[in-house]
Amino acid sequence: MKYTKEHEWLRVEGDLVVVGITEHAATQLGDVVFVELPETDTMVAEGDEVCVIESVKAASDILAPIDGEIVAVNSKLVDNPGLVNEDPTGAAWFFKLKVDDLSVLDQFMDEDEYQDLIG
Amino acid sequence: MADLEEPELLHLGLEALHEEMGGKMVPFAGYRMPVQYPDGVLKEHLHTRAAAGLFDVSHMGQVILRPKGTMDDLKLAFEALMPVDVLGLGEGRQRYGLFTNDSGGILDDLMFTNRGDHLYVVVNAACKAADIAHMTAGMPGVSVEPVTDRALLALQGPGAEAALEAMVPGAAAMRFMDHRIFGDIWVSRSGYTGEDGFEVSVPEAQADGFARKLLAQPGVAPIGLGARDSLRLEAGLCLYGHDIDTTTSPVEANLTWAIQKARKAGGAREGGFPGAARILKELAEGPERLRVGLRPEGRAPMREGVELFAQDGTPVGEVTSGGFGPSVNAPIAMGYVANAHAKVGTQLMGEVRGKRLPVTVTEMPFQPTTYKR
Repeated sequence: MKYTKEHEWLRVEGDLVVVGITEHAATQLGDVVFVELPETDTMVAEGDEVCVIESVKAASDILAPIDGEIVAVNSKLVDNPGLVNEDPTGAAWFFKLKVDDLSVLDQFMDEDEYQDLIG
Repeated sequence: MADLEEPELLHLGLEALHEEMGGKMVPFAGYRMPVQYPDGVLKEHLHTRAAAGLFDVSHMGQVILRPKGTMDDLKLAFEALMPVDVLGLGEGRQRYGLFTNDSGGILDDLMFTNRGDHLYVVVNAACKAADIAHMTAGMPGVSVEPVTDRALLALQGPGAEAALEAMVPGAAAMRFMDHRIFGDIWVSRSGYTGEDGFEVSVPEAQADGFARKLLAQPGVAPIGLGARDSLRLEAGLCLYGHDIDTTTSPVEANLTWAIQKARKAGGAREGGFPGAARILKELAEGPERLRVGLRPEGRAPMREGVELFAQDGTPVGEVTSGGFGPSVNAPIAMGYVANAHAKVGTQLMGEVRGKRLPVTVTEMPFQPTTYKR
């Protein structure tokens, strides 16, 4: 698993990159009550706002961590936003990206580096 | 930044207890206060409606008003600051009040109690200093005495009565908006959640022990400011500085129920409060805008600042409080809309992240109240 400074996690699944938010981010957000997902089959660029998460406290965005094509979204989150708090790094993935070259992930933090960041 | 600001924050007596219980402390109205505990806002909210929640509201201003002359002089002096019937409030009873300014806006909202030979007033934390100055200047024949050595706790929810009765025998016999003095403990049967419950003023030296004993009662859990806000929103209650302020009149704010007959046109003590011209005119002719309940159609919350439009695209108002209602299990909001669009059932659009989404004007409260009348 790789991590971004924006508290997203990235996991390789075949030739796809699965994106979600970290447990730290979920805790900071508080209870998530609304999730808006992007359309599938759309091209996104690094830094694009692709999802909206609303917690009891505030709204925040999930940014595309890398360029790619959104090929799948986790529609379970729309009906059950609380999943983001229950299982942020497992069942509560947000979207899957198809990228040209998986080596783009090398730039991101590994588990130890991320723990140092939030520690 | 937070670290730099911290030393300037005021500290309340129960801080150690909040930290022991894992309270997440944040700056609020100049105080260091728990916004939530480890359970989080959603669970704390639901717990309050299902059992009992204990809130530390010691940041609020407690004030004693003592007459220099007669009690009636004091009541009439207080009436000169508010469009509210003070004279008619019986001993041992509490009432909601509003300080108005000369243009009919609201300086603060408050609770006041007739305690026989004096009045006991509870005002908002952020307005405390201004309110005390306002009362002192506005009531020369009255001794305005801030109470600075007492904590204020709110115990709210269906389990509140049994929990408080176990510690303060006799409290259960009180009705909604009753106030009783039990030795050092001052109890009001009221609150800010829409639930039956109490607000309890306790000498600071006893507060920590009192709160711990309450928390040991079955069903009582500590609740932070986050859930306090979602609970009051579901109850349709105003938050000063958001839903009401110096520009909103009590009539616009849909608080006409707080203006008793005696102070309205034709009443025994008609007018005679700051902003009477505007307020009496609005009572007679209707206000230009009105605070209403709003139910967004989808799941997306409409928060403070969301602009509201009529179906034809005309801007008609703005959301002043909004979020997710955990008990309603849907987004809820309140805001001001032009009077022509304020009728319950009116379909409006609210602009969220550039998209105009449907929202319906609804009755408040969103969640039925359970006051013990």
